Amino acid sequence: MSGILLQIDGRQVEAEEGMTLLEAARKEGIHIPTLCHHDKLEPYGACRICIVEVEDRGRTKLVVSCVYPVEEGLIVRTRSEKIDRIRKMILELLLAHAPDAFGLQDLAREYGADRNRFEKEASFCIHCGLCVRYCAEVKKKHAVGFVDRGIRREICFVPEVAAKECWDCKECFPLCPTEALQAAFVLVEAFTGKKT
Amino acid sequence: MPRINSPAELEAFREGLLSQRDPNKPCITLCSGSACHASGSAEVGARIEEEVRKQGLSDEVIIRKTGCHGFCERGPIVVIHPEGICYFQVKAEDVPDIISRTIKEKQIVDRLLYEDPDTSEKIIYESEIPFYKNQERLVFGSNGNIDPKSIDDYLAIGGYAALARALEWGPEKVVEEIKKSNLRGRGGGGFPAGRKWEGSRNAPEEIKYVIVNADEGDPGAYMDRSLLEGNPHAILEGLTIGAWAIGSHEGYIYVRQEYPLAVENITIAIEKAEEYGLLGKNILGSGFDFTVKVHRGAGAFVCGESTALMTALEGRAGEPRPKYIRSNIKGLWGKPSVLNNVETWANVPLIINKGADWFTQFGTERSKGTKIFSLVGKITNTGLVEVPMGMTLRDIIYKIGGGIPGGKRFKAVQTGGPSGGCLPEELLDLQVGFDELTQAGSMMGSGGMIVMDEDTCMVDVARYFLDFLTDESCGKCVPCREGMRQMLKILTNITQGKGKEGDIQLLEELAEVTSEASLCALGKSAPNPLLSTLRHFREEYEAHIKEKRCPALSCKELIAYYIDPEKCKACMICLRKCPADAIEGGKKLIHVIDQEKCTKCGTCFESCPPRFSAVRKISGEPVPPPIPEEQRTIAGKSKEK
Repeated sequence: MSGILLQIDGRQVEAEEGMTLLEAARKEGIHIPTLCHHDKLEPYGACRICIVEVEDRGRTKLVVSCVYPVEEGLIVRTRSEKIDRIRKMILELLLAHAPDAFGLQDLAREYGADRNRFEKEASFCIHCGLCVRYCAEVKKKHAVGFVDRGIRREICFVPEVAAKECWDCKECFPLCPTEALQAAFVLVEAFTGKKT
Repeated sequence: MPRINSPAELEAFREGLLSQRDPNKPCITLCSGSACHASGSAEVGARIEEEVRKQGLSDEVIIRKTGCHGFCERGPIVVIHPEGICYFQVKAEDVPDIISRTIKEKQIVDRLLYEDPDTSEKIIYESEIPFYKNQERLVFGSNGNIDPKSIDDYLAIGGYAALARALEWGPEKVVEEIKKSNLRGRGGGGFPAGRKWEGSRNAPEEIKYVIVNADEGDPGAYMDRSLLEGNPHAILEGLTIGAWAIGSHEGYIYVRQEYPLAVENITIAIEKAEEYGLLGKNILGSGFDFTVKVHRGAGAFVCGESTALMTALEGRAGEPRPKYIRSNIKGLWGKPSVLNNVETWANVPLIINKGADWFTQFGTERSKGTKIFSLVGKITNTGLVEVPMGMTLRDIIYKIGGGIPGGKRFKAVQTGGPSGGCLPEELLDLQVGFDELTQAGSMMGSGGMIVMDEDTCMVDVARYFLDFLTDESCGKCVPCREGMRQMLKILTNITQGKGKEGDIQLLEELAEVTSEASLCALGKSAPNPLLSTLRHFREEYEAHIKEKRCPALSCKELIAYYIDPEKCKACMICLRKCPADAIEGGKKLIHVIDQEKCTKCGTCFESCPPRFSAVRKISGEPVPPPIPEEQRTIAGKSKEK
């Protein structure tokens, strides 16, 4: 019943079997940035901003902390030149779509990300999937989902379900890291689309 | 057909089959794989049947419609056994000659033979044609000898003997033998199959799965299709052996919807194997139960990635899982699942039959056996080739592939599909093997091999593959979706002459993040075409960016067509053919291209008679001003036309 001992940023951390690195770090007050993580939802591993370095038997590799399980004796670094470089780039890529999202701007300041590095294609959505997964996993309604794939991927409300479920719920709105703009926008669009 | 209830009954049945088959009876085999089908083998087949009947030979000749023979460039292919006389590009109207002359009179129909392009020598036998002679067709060779719809054909060449042996050996010994053979995954990863199997075997769960990955999606690659179409029982036998080895009772074949013949043939194979007692309950009386289902994939490239494939099998959108537990421990529906590629499974019966020691004599130290490559692009002999690991790229391209057509120079070969890399001429002596190719900045992948000649722009090649992958990315993780979006934009700009100083550095930064941080192998390997072309052809990128010049004279926005007034004989050919009416001139009037109107389709360049060669492609320099109108008349030279 003893815990798993590992090292995060030089600190000895005790974690329980089945915990992720992110959970173990947060328990100790070690901050790792996340965008697609939510405590109530299954780890999704899509934004990749929680990437960390782990050293296991002398080998270093990059893993995402929201999915990687704790292991005895693991050495974890939550910041390094490489990690910062990757996080900065991820932020810059996302800022092209949601340049005014507060969460992204705060992180951009921390990592020195340039919001104008890439040409703007404001779609507001950063595809974190929080709304989609919350609706599916917590509310079990599946009123919002992803459509299409790759760079054409977007979130879309299912009009038939949304018309029944969404007006009295809207619990996904505050989850949206881009200030619910997109969620609201798509919702309205779905409804108007249905009326016409 | 009664069930076969034991290995002994299987052997007895096989002997019965062979005793009815006279090896000296003339047998016409006709390639009926998808490629030959497209070039008309169905009509040839119908004509063969009709003609044999007409000439009263129905009892004296066997007609066998087989799977792909590999030399797709020359299809439809007819091989006449027992001699092995090989006819290429056979048309329905050639059939009467084949029957009356070759079958009846034992004479050769000269015009249908392979002609060596170098020596113009006609070659009669398959085994002497350079394309086949230099191959080692362990896995693929049976394709030409069996009708894939006939289980008896497969049994007649020794089919299911490996399964009988595996059942006798017991699972542990099977796993040991596969481990000893060092068979590595042919789908791209190159992971040792034996270790994968062992992991699943040792997992405590009751329910386990085995899966065939037949979601082949690389542009231009079709080795898995041809195996599944041409020899489905070999894959089924391999899969059953794998299931027995790890303790699985349920298997899946995940095959693309776009492969209808493969789906048809594997479905028939499963039915027949069940009928014979080689699949289903109590296989060969051993007490081992195993069933196989065919799942048709909806054609997403990313579903070739093992975890995305399993997600799709579960009935959800094909997206990879963000996990760090191998699927042989926790895969399909959370159960231990061994997923191997078609070709990997097809190797299994061979290894069990002939032993790991036999298998390991082929190949290099770390890559054993053979590999089937899909040799396409600017190559004389297009087709599927199977070579021992360790053969050099040069031997594959020149000895088997017959080199580059049209007197052009070799420029690069892309191995490993869209996530592979482009290797230049300096690396032609590289031996093909998993680690060798990876070290050179490419990869084995599933065996795509695209040959490119001097007219290919390497920046445009990188752009093309990124375009493909951007389209095929599932879009779940940021580095893959957004990184590729930006890389594609920059590459498109460069090929359109809008490249900027700093683009190469930005591409390199994006490539690093995409390959280091992406969720699955699609994103991790997506920058390979870009990185390998940057590594080996950096000067082409620089020419595009700095000089706005495409060295291969291929990028439309960076080239112009120009008619050399010294060479133009005013023959009117290009002028008439120009679809944009961009060529001015007339009889005895030197032709001039109106650069404003020109759409750069290249029709003038291709249609200018070689003896004039007046049309030139220009890149990176201004087009010379048009020759003044008063100087355009060609006086008294009309005869020269």
